[in-house]
Amino acid sequence: MEIDIEQDLFENEAKLAELNRSWFAAHRVAAVNLLAAPGAGKTSLIRRTAALCPLPLAVIEGDPASRIDTDLLNGLGIPAHQINTEGGCHLEAQMIGQALQEFQPAAGTVLFIENVGNLICTASFPLGEALRVVMLGVSEGDDKPFKYPLIFEEADAVILNKIDLGPFVDFDRERFYRGIRTIDPEVPVFEVSCRTGAGLAEWSRWLERKAGEYLDAATV
Amino acid sequence: MHELSLTEKILRLVLEQAGNHKAAKITRIKLVIGDLSGIIPACVEQYFGLIAAGTIAAGAKLEFQRSKAELYCPVCEESFEKRPADFNCPRCGSLAQLTESGRECFVESIEVD
Repeated sequence: MEIDIEQDLFENEAKLAELNRSWFAAHRVAAVNLLAAPGAGKTSLIRRTAALCPLPLAVIEGDPASRIDTDLLNGLGIPAHQINTEGGCHLEAQMIGQALQEFQPAAGTVLFIENVGNLICTASFPLGEALRVVMLGVSEGDDKPFKYPLIFEEADAVILNKIDLGPFVDFDRERFYRGIRTIDPEVPVFEVSCRTGAGLAEWSRWLERKAGEYLDAATV
Repeated sequence: MHELSLTEKILRLVLEQAGNHKAAKITRIKLVIGDLSGIIPACVEQYFGLIAAGTIAAGAKLEFQRSKAELYCPVCEESFEKRPADFNCPRCGSLAQLTESGRECFVESIEVD
């Protein structure tokens, strides 16, 4: 006997993400899915942003193993919750749903979801976030938008980090922007250095504005 | 690597459906996989062999139908089928835009006894 199923698994993921989206809206939490390769500077960005952004921050940390980043952030007074994927290469909506049962950020919080370092499948799994931010370090190369177009496609903002390293790594800015603009003509790009602090004020102002718009629109 | 979590979802889904129909055995699973889904059928097959062991889906044959990725060229204003490792328009050479097609990871049907 043949049984028709006709179930798109990613569509199912979208439904699970929708549950998180409702939770975030009902609790007035602005979730930011932060996507990047390992070592691009995701945790550094969160640390720096916490010092600049007047909104309270909290973090859900996704890593295959360890509590390194969570311990670091908690030590700095930034509430952080660890998800270990035990080898899994991305966070999924269901994991966030489970985390929210234990870790409940207060209303008005900007919740960074620091995804597992990966430019491939993290792009395919929506988490119910209000904003999706993709980060790239100049040392990774100017060709990444051409090589990993899916991840840039749904970004609300792109952060180009480590610009202080630019002169040492032959990063072709023009080529990078050509790639980004072909995928999305309008996405804001913030050139920053989490080491020197360059460009971070502008990013933080953008985040504050976008998160503020989301929080104002969210129902209590 | 992400095929493992997707294969788990596939297994859960087919077991649930087979259970609804009180089937004793799942013999075949038909899947539609988009070229842009980032899913490698051989990986799904391998994981399935491991995680389906001991269930009524053990030994089921996985049948993969690939769905082609379609890109849209904003210059020519036309869609075209994506060629491997190439995001450029075959007519004008511009970098084309992604569309929704080609991202599917679809469980189409199962055959049960």
